[in-house]
Amino acid sequence: MKKGWFSKLFDVLMPVFATLAALAVGAVMLILLGVNPFQAYGALVEGAFGSPNAMAETLVKATPLLLVGLGICIAFRGNVINIGGEGQMIIGAIFATILGLTFTGLPGWLLIPLAMLMGFIGGAFWGAIPGFLKAYFNVNEILSTIMMNAIAVQIMNFLLRGPMIDPAQLELASKIPQTARLLEAFRLPRLTPTRLHLGFLFAVILAFLVYIFLWKTTLGYRIRAVGQSHHAARYAGINVKKNIVLALLLSGAFAGLAGAIQVYGVNYRMITDGSASGFTGSAGFNGIVAALFGQLHPIGTIPASIFFGALLVGANKMQRVMQVPSALITTLNGLVVIFVVSSEYFQRRRQKQRISSTENDSGEPPVNEIERTSGVNVEAEA
Amino acid sequence: MITELLSATVLVGILASGIRLATPYLYAAIGETFGQRSGVLNLGVEGQMLMGAFAAFYVALITENLWLAVFSAVIVGALMGLAMAFVTVNLGAQQGISGIGFFLFGLGLSDLLFQRLVGTVETVKGFPKIEIPILSNIPIIGEIFFSQNILVYIAYALVPIAWFVLKKTTIGLKIRAVGENPEAADSLGVSVAAVRYTTVIMGGILSGIAGASLSIGLLNVFQQNMTSGLGFIAVALVYFGGWRPLGVLGGALLFSMVNSLQLWMQVLGIPIPSDIAVMLPYILTIVVLTLSMSRVRAPSALTKPFERED
Repeated sequence: MKKGWFSKLFDVLMPVFATLAALAVGAVMLILLGVNPFQAYGALVEGAFGSPNAMAETLVKATPLLLVGLGICIAFRGNVINIGGEGQMIIGAIFATILGLTFTGLPGWLLIPLAMLMGFIGGAFWGAIPGFLKAYFNVNEILSTIMMNAIAVQIMNFLLRGPMIDPAQLELASKIPQTARLLEAFRLPRLTPTRLHLGFLFAVILAFLVYIFLWKTTLGYRIRAVGQSHHAARYAGINVKKNIVLALLLSGAFAGLAGAIQVYGVNYRMITDGSASGFTGSAGFNGIVAALFGQLHPIGTIPASIFFGALLVGANKMQRVMQVPSALITTLNGLVVIFVVSSEYFQRRRQKQRISSTENDSGEPPVNEIERTSGVNVEAEA
Repeated sequence: MITELLSATVLVGILASGIRLATPYLYAAIGETFGQRSGVLNLGVEGQMLMGAFAAFYVALITENLWLAVFSAVIVGALMGLAMAFVTVNLGAQQGISGIGFFLFGLGLSDLLFQRLVGTVETVKGFPKIEIPILSNIPIIGEIFFSQNILVYIAYALVPIAWFVLKKTTIGLKIRAVGENPEAADSLGVSVAAVRYTTVIMGGILSGIAGASLSIGLLNVFQQNMTSGLGFIAVALVYFGGWRPLGVLGGALLFSMVNSLQLWMQVLGIPIPSDIAVMLPYILTIVVLTLSMSRVRAPSALTKPFERED
């Protein structure tokens, strides 16, 4: 069914409306807290775009969101829900960091790509486990990925307090749980005098590659086919279980890459405050928000990530100037998610109207791009 | 080391705190059981718990009235349940993802309110232990079961009540019918929407109390993300318990006992890195989900929105 330009515009504007609604609710909350919402949002915008440095920070923050979001596009298109971005980022970062701290003799041009690959592999490994459990043991991936997050945090804490701790910290009484710093030669090159690094460009290129993967390759087609309907995919001779594993594996891999880039492009070491968000900045969750906002389309996820990166950077300024805790952004992100998934209701309505007006009323509700059932139950293989 | 673990006082300590730690799991998971039996997967439990925990903590801090505190957690939980019900029942939104939205909302808002309204670490006087006369004097058993706070007793009382409601009452029958075959239930004149609203709001209320049981029962403080995944484990427990209150009780006890053991091992200085010990309940959740999914069957209409054909 060919969509008209009006429907297309409607689809694109829906998340924008959802976000405006979330910001409006946020404004009401600010008023209730005794803060002028215009001043607060003004500080936010200024913090995110007010100077070249601020803009660079926005893009730095957008990078992990985009990478995690790309993985989310793959997973959600395959109708598997990956909430495990946090853990996958951590494991990817650990893999990449181990490489960088071990092979200090390698030249940077060789080590950096290898480290990215290690991050990819680490995240893939952490994503494949819940994928495998879902495909073969019918374990709800939402729950298993959340548990995998908690496990990954503890692995990070354990490694950074023990085996991977910076030898210099061992001498000190403070024993800050962090690794040694990466060699200068291993750091991702910066693009400008700001903190903006090559990772952002890399992520944008990957967004186009993911688009090609999902829509122009057989492998991507299969993942989407399984996402549309297990039944139809199986009928078409597609191995449903294998593709469920693949979708989660790839989704994890991109999050793992995000973790590796966070180490090689921003922090140059791993450090933990005991929580997942201490390392990830909650990018594992916020990447989901960005991908949903981007209509689960890799290209759409690019501006979406920049938008949510701006929110995060601007929130710091808002906290400094207006004393509004940056937790407001988490709240708004939650609202955006709720409003975006709720707004699909109006898209379905419109689709339904179209179908009934073209005399194609089979009584079946139209299948949305992501099935509305969260795919908790993998049908038993016939 | 092992002998230390096995000494009578330690064993009693482990069991008593295990019984106590099961409380938030029980409230949240029993509430979630009702929702899921009617076909709604509420993944916002964690957010509802955090909001309930903060509401109860704040009201207890201001008024020192603990029942008013619990009541405020009930109201907050009910409101979040109402919103969840509207989004999933009326708008037919993807339940898994909207639940994550409610989680983020609760996580952010409880933190925001705490920082704006309280700001510093404060403790409240939570519910005191109630020694049940006579029973609490029984050696060992008395200490384990009969000297807990009131929210603990209520949590355990909920299990048979939930079983009775689901199994023996008309409303329970309606809930199950709506969760298994909403079309059939609808054609028999049962309002699918009304039943789902009821169960999801009730789930919200119980999640709110679950949060309160942490902030004014077990820990008597509030801190950002204080539930740290407990609400999600509660959802997993519903799967583990095969969507039955008694199964949920078994799961909750298993978890809290493992947690309690883990805490005591740290207290006794048993040389297992604490990070590894903290991991145990999460690994256990995955193992248990893996083992249990082959022997139990989910309600047929779970996560499927219902739309009346006009």
